Amino acid sequence: MTRAVITREPRRDTSLDRPDFDMSANVGGVTLPDAVLTASGCAAAGRELEPFLDLERIGAVVTKSVMLAPRSGRPTPRMAETPSGMLNSIGLQGPGIDVFLERDLRWLRDRGIRTVVSIAGGSVDEFTKLAQKLRHVEGLSAIEVNISCPNVEDRGQVFACEPSAAAAVLSTVRRNTMPSVPVLAKLSPDVTDIVEIARSVVAAGADGLSLINTLLGMVIDVDTMRPALAGVTGGLSGPAIRPVAVRCVYQVHAALPDVPILGMGGIRHGVDALEFILAGASAVSVGTATFNDPSAPERVSRQLAWALLDRGFTSLADAVGYAHRAPDTVARPAASVEPEVVDVLDEEPVADVAER
Amino acid sequence: MVTAETAASARGKTAETKAVVQVKSEVIALRRAGSYYVMTLTAAGIPELTRPGHFVAVSCGGDDGATLLRRAFSIHNVASRGVYGGTLDIVFSVVGKGTRWLSERHRHDSVEIVGPLGRPFALPRQPVSCILVAGGYGSAPMFMLAEALRARGCRVDVVLGASTEDKLFGVLDAKRIAATLTLTTDDGSVGERGRVTDLLPAVLERTDADVVYACGPMPMLARVAEVAHAHGAHAQCLVEESMACGTGICMTCVLPVIGDDGVTRMLRSCTDGPVFRADRVRWADIGTVPPDAYGAPAVEESS
Ligand SMILES: Cc1cc2nc3c(=O)[nH]c(=O)nc-3n(C[C@H](O)[C@H](O)[C@H](O)COP(=O)(O)OP(=O)(O)OC[C@H]3O[C@@H](n4cnc5c(N)ncnc54)[C@H](O)[C@@H]3O)c2cc1C
Ligand SMILES: Cc1cc2nc3c(=O)[nH]c(=O)nc-3n(C[C@H](O)[C@H](O)[C@H](O)COP(=O)(O)O)c2cc1C
Ligand code: FES
Repeated sequence: MTRAVITREPRRDTSLDRPDFDMSANVGGVTLPDAVLTASGCAAAGRELEPFLDLERIGAVVTKSVMLAPRSGRPTPRMAETPSGMLNSIGLQGPGIDVFLERDLRWLRDRGIRTVVSIAGGSVDEFTKLAQKLRHVEGLSAIEVNISCPNVEDRGQVFACEPSAAAAVLSTVRRNTMPSVPVLAKLSPDVTDIVEIARSVVAAGADGLSLINTLLGMVIDVDTMRPALAGVTGGLSGPAIRPVAVRCVYQVHAALPDVPILGMGGIRHGVDALEFILAGASAVSVGTATFNDPSAPERVSRQLAWALLDRGFTSLADAVGYAHRAPDTVARPAASVEPEVVDVLDEEPVADVAER
Repeated sequence: MVTAETAASARGKTAETKAVVQVKSEVIALRRAGSYYVMTLTAAGIPELTRPGHFVAVSCGGDDGATLLRRAFSIHNVASRGVYGGTLDIVFSVVGKGTRWLSERHRHDSVEIVGPLGRPFALPRQPVSCILVAGGYGSAPMFMLAEALRARGCRVDVVLGASTEDKLFGVLDAKRIAATLTLTTDDGSVGERGRVTDLLPAVLERTDADVVYACGPMPMLARVAEVAHAHGAHAQCLVEESMACGTGICMTCVLPVIGDDGVTRMLRSCTDGPVFRADRVRWADIGTVPPDAYGAPAVEESS
């Protein structure tokens, strides 16, 4: 008989084991039963992921940002792989809000899948019209406002980089949508002071913040000696940007501790999501990692539940912002400091059983 | 075709009826074939679902690796029985980080795959005469296709080409299944000197084929489309657009395709393809968004 320690280090497991753990999350007034969502643009409108995960179980599907009119997007190449990440320049290809509501949202609603609709526009007026289209749609978990797009009325200046432009968008969306549906402002990290932008959108009525969108980047193909993307520059995402994203969440939570944050940027495993929760996010989105593993959102949720349980938390909500607490003033949660010891009877040691 | 409906109804209780599966595979064998590698992987559930032209999306680099995006490979062969309970073969050449990593796997290593993906080749109802044209590793999916066509009583002629002899894949198998086999290399070291598309018109004339199936580099496919059209043959091409996910969620793999309604749309080659009717793809416009495409910007955007 061997004595072994079961290390519950979050790992990519295929087991569907999940602990009985309170993973509910408050995102701007609405409570989701699970804190892990998909990320806009990384899950289409949910359908394609149906074979790989239980869409009703995850926090919500965040749909690809939709605009007022159908859009073809940018020419190819639209992506380049980078170390632990990727650069994309899709150009918001999509069917336009009317087809989206009629086809994609209907599909999600028919299946009872919680949905966060992401909208994008090129002008304050376009955002107003989008908001009005969503006004009478019942049952949305939230509306995410992607303001990382160029404002055609201001020389293509990105809304998210300008506090007053960002506020103008959030204010019109908040005023024109159902008050019971939270409105989340999705911010860009490509600003000098993300806290300033966060304050201005919250003042304008945002109920919560989605942090972060991609970082502007560029890759040059050394064979053609030209930019790798047809769009020249693109948005960087994936684990490569995680430290930037965690920093943004930490700074914003420090300044605005009562504003719920949907954290994202490079989450691939449960412990990655845990960093965001500890930094102050109430829930997280899994984006690029879903390209690697289409079941990632569900797996991350499972791993996150174990990671929280292992650290002695009794609910996910208890861990939100934990990294901000001073170590000497707050006792560590009653963590299972002692590793769980179990008896392994006449069994071959398996990969995740570390001998002690 | 893997529709969302079939996938949805397949979820849950009846795992064996799922239209697409994600599996942690084990490497059973890896061998060289000319300049290519042939990898045999366990793939429980995939062989039964596979049709010629389907592909798998392979995760390269492990759970914490820096190469996050999926790599697409045509399914070359499947075996649904045997000690491993279902295996499949892929054929690949090492071109970058992911394929290098794959080439360094050993027997028993695990590799995660998703499949079968995409829309397969459409097969003719009648026992018509068909020509299979492939460049380089583009022949990988053609042998399953040839078997399926022959099972329907179709005549199959094969044209294989590559820049050099070591890049011709499956010549012996092609000899076995084809009524006639035409080989080309750029330097003429094997077969005829030149490109497959230089020889295709003659084969079309000789066989009076009704259908041409093609897989290879885009310029080759564009030329096949022209040649087939000129001979009044129907053509289906398996395209290779750069992919990040293979499952239809990233929108990177698009190309302009004309729909039944005559409208050009930027379609995803991973879900709407990778096999397209040759006369529907706007070959000359690949890499652009044609101004008349659905949702194309009225004026060129500044960013
Ligand atoms: C439907 C389909 C079937 C294919 N079948 C085969 C096959 O049977 N044998 C074979 O050798 N190759 C095949 N390819 C091409 C193969 O996917 C690429 O060679 C491979 O992805 C390159 O990966 P890498 O890491 O070595 O290169 P990198 O350049 O490092 O790849 C970086 C990223 O770009 C993508 N990418 C790069 N080149 C291609 C390409 N040509 N096509 C699609 N994505 C690309 C990769 O998926 C990855 O996400 C197929 C591609 C498609 C779309
Ligand atoms: C291919 C791709 C498309 C995206 N499309 C959108 C989009 O339409 N709207 C949006 O708000 N964010 C979009 N994003 C950004 C993601 O939602 C997310 O904020 C970002 O990628 C960081 O998270 P990640 O590292 O987990 O991907 C996209 C990201 C990628 C990679
Ligand atoms: S490869 Fe991602 S949508 Fe086709």
